[in-house]
Amino acid sequence: MSALINLLYILSSILFIFGIKKLGSAETARRGNAMSSVGMTLAIVATLLYLGLEWWMVLTGMAIGSAIGYVAATRVAMTGMPEMVALFNGFGGLASLLVGGAEFVKLRVGGIAHYLEALKAQSGVTVPAWFALVAIGLTILVGGITFTGSMIAYGKLSGKLGGKPTLFPGQKLINFLIMAIALIGIALMVIGGDGPTALSAGIVLVVLSLMIGVLMTIPIGGGDMPVVISLLNSLSGVAAALAGFIILNNVLVVAGCLVGASGIILTVIMCKAMNRTLGNVLFGGFGASAQAGG
Amino acid sequence: MDFAPLLLLLFAFTLAIFLGFELISKVPSQLHTPLMSGSNAISGITIVGALLALSELEPTLAKWIGFFAVILAMINVVGGYVVTDRMLGMFKKKEKGSPQP
Repeated sequence: MSALINLLYILSSILFIFGIKKLGSAETARRGNAMSSVGMTLAIVATLLYLGLEWWMVLTGMAIGSAIGYVAATRVAMTGMPEMVALFNGFGGLASLLVGGAEFVKLRVGGIAHYLEALKAQSGVTVPAWFALVAIGLTILVGGITFTGSMIAYGKLSGKLGGKPTLFPGQKLINFLIMAIALIGIALMVIGGDGPTALSAGIVLVVLSLMIGVLMTIPIGGGDMPVVISLLNSLSGVAAALAGFIILNNVLVVAGCLVGASGIILTVIMCKAMNRTLGNVLFGGFGASAQAGG
Repeated sequence: MDFAPLLLLLFAFTLAIFLGFELISKVPSQLHTPLMSGSNAISGITIVGALLALSELEPTLAKWIGFFAVILAMINVVGGYVVTDRMLGMFKKKEKGSPQP
């Protein structure tokens, strides 16, 4: 069964690769999107072949999510689509954060030794305890940043928040310090393992990662939000790839990584189209001009 | 411990980064948003991680967290693909008048 699951995962990875490739050209874009959706279906079906899943939760969760996603995507006006993408992207980031959280709970309740054994039984891969904990910490960090960053981008694009950049003195220093504390939090999780320190560090990490997403996005003006969403899209791919390193799942690693890398390239291309650099968009505090001028 | 399978995973990770970089080149600007939206749908692949959190034998708290992750990831997947398809459909209609190459 495990061989079949992995075979399906390889197939879906191939479909994602061709899907992204075809999305880059006008004649094939729609077919590319369809191919990638078939890849996603295969990946989900393959995952459902794992034995011992809590079926009512699987089916209810998938039904609720599909219904909300479908209704939101079909009802949104053409002009509202970019902010809808930001919203979906944020949900994906939060989902990765929760995957990290669920794995952390498993690790704490059953103990590290038991957790690593169960992981080996499921994936066939042996990892040291620090590797699992670093992967959990980074998934929570990147997932959290993606979630709140996307929510702010959604607010700015839809006009619910002002489009002006929010700047305050010492902003870069504060952002840097919070990031540093978050990384220390991950280190404490690794050192603490399944002890009480690790739990407090994990909770602090969740809060800080959510704060970083907000702080990173508020200094950027509404006119630059498409670039920011593209960057956050890349980050949500990275979060998925990191989640793949927790559960040692190849389709998560490959697909997440593809989105992460292609997302960065697309972000740079979008910046170039505006005659800007990525650093200028992220740290310039501009972008208000486009809003004010229009 | 035998780290060979883990190294293979890291190998796949590295190759996927290079592949991701190579896949995107000279995208026409009107396709930037659909491409972003389409790859956003792919990042919903985290659904696989969410589903695997729902194993029967896992702690109840982990399962409930996984349950919410499944809902959110599924919104990302279904919403992402549908919205991308709508964008591209609109794009096609606009292009109908222009001569096909």
